[in-house]
Amino acid sequence: MTARAEPDLKGQPLPRPPAFQRVLNSVPVAVGLYAVVMALIVYGSYVGAQNMGYNWQWYRVPQFIYSRTADGFQWGEIALGLVETVRISLLSFSLATLLGLLVALLRLSGLVVGTAVAVGFLELIRNIPLLVLLYLFYYVLGPIFGMDRYTASVLTLAVFHSALISEILRAGINAVATGQWEAAKSIGMTPYQTYRYIILPQSVRFMLPPMTGEMVHLIKSSAIVSVIAVAELTTVGRNIISDTYMSFEIWFTIAAVYMALTLLLSIGVSYLERRYAVDQ
Amino acid sequence: MTRPDVMIEAQNLDKFYGPFHALKDVSITVGRGEKMVICGPSGSGKSTLIRCFNGLEWHNSGRLTVDGIEVFEGAAEIRTLRQEVGMVFQQFNLFPHLTVLENLTIGPMKVRGLTRAQAEETARTYLDRVHIPEQANKYPAQLSGGQQQRVAIARSLCMETRVMLFDEPTSALDPEMINEVLDVMVELAGTGMTMVVVTHEMGFARKVADTMVFMEAGRIVEVSPPDTFFTNPSSERCRLFLDQILDH
Repeated sequence: MTARAEPDLKGQPLPRPPAFQRVLNSVPVAVGLYAVVMALIVYGSYVGAQNMGYNWQWYRVPQFIYSRTADGFQWGEIALGLVETVRISLLSFSLATLLGLLVALLRLSGLVVGTAVAVGFLELIRNIPLLVLLYLFYYVLGPIFGMDRYTASVLTLAVFHSALISEILRAGINAVATGQWEAAKSIGMTPYQTYRYIILPQSVRFMLPPMTGEMVHLIKSSAIVSVIAVAELTTVGRNIISDTYMSFEIWFTIAAVYMALTLLLSIGVSYLERRYAVDQ
Repeated sequence: MTRPDVMIEAQNLDKFYGPFHALKDVSITVGRGEKMVICGPSGSGKSTLIRCFNGLEWHNSGRLTVDGIEVFEGAAEIRTLRQEVGMVFQQFNLFPHLTVLENLTIGPMKVRGLTRAQAEETARTYLDRVHIPEQANKYPAQLSGGQQQRVAIARSLCMETRVMLFDEPTSALDPEMINEVLDVMVELAGTGMTMVVVTHEMGFARKVADTMVFMEAGRIVEVSPPDTFFTNPSSERCRLFLDQILDH
């Protein structure tokens, strides 16, 4: 009896994916296809606009971003609106994070009252549309507490996003191993010290990605305050259009500015993420 | 009434997890400087018992005094007590975001209020004691399991503890690292520290134990000095258990 010859597997190539898929995924074909798809979309919009006789005036757009006149360099309305959007977003996000942390800690406190208050707040905020919440703050709480439209806007955004942020923080805190709590307890730390020195520093890396998403979300939802005429990016866009009737150009520009802002933020945070990446 | 020669005194402890009766009428006394080794099958309540000693778990009835302080849920002195009672865990539980040195200094600095200089001096002393002075600036993940467990022992010692509790300190280690940890524990025993050790390392137990305890199903079945314990245990169940873990 002879041993059956084993096929020599060493150095044998793996089976390859089907030819069709290989061609479609090769770099030149993929890039070419992508360019064609994009060109079709742009061309389609352009033709559509031509057919309705739209008068493109892109040359008039840059002056709303910045201008050089006899008086020298000046930022345009869109740039100022962007600054305002950033300011409202940063302010709301900071407030939302503080409030969110408070709600998360209440929820985790183990006190029945704390949990009840936190859950009540969460359900209340999560089940009211952002626009209605804004109206409540501006038309109802505004007159009662003497809030101006700016304060009402910031508070609306902060309260709305604090509900979502508290869930992110809670998940981040829960993601830290229970052994860390026990180790901190066993050297006599108070709950505050445990959070401050042991738990929260380790939670940051769990929280950063969803918190970035939340910041992007907040920047985008800040556009809603244009309905009560707070002078931010979207309001500026509406104002320019009512003066110039260039709705296509201006809305494309405003959308691009929002995109640039949020993409920049995401890139910045991915650097931070690498910094906080600690292997366990 | 506190007796000066008694470190831990448990009287008729009962502990429930829901319907599960984890500790059944457990009474035990650990003297000052005494080395006690607790063994028994898994689920017998060994870990639960020593976790009660520093308030990581709360007993439901009975009376427990550690270093003259009565332990119960909500006791005002519980954090003072935890500073006196060190705990070494099966899974090390080092703080992964801090360096070895920071792991050792954070307790003394934040809890005891020492300055950084004082805390680092103490930390370096104890790192020497556990034979890894050169690892001070590394992060836990960069160390082997045995080294991590020795850091964990040093972290407890840095709090200038009077009692050390060990909860299966070598069970999560690769076999070749068990001895480096046991050696450190034997040396620690030589300093007169009160130690309560949950372990199945019977070689270690023979070497350092003053008292052997065998637990099963939430009860203490046998308490005796090692000589009697290993040669002539009074209970059949304990004899069987020893046969199982010693016979190979």
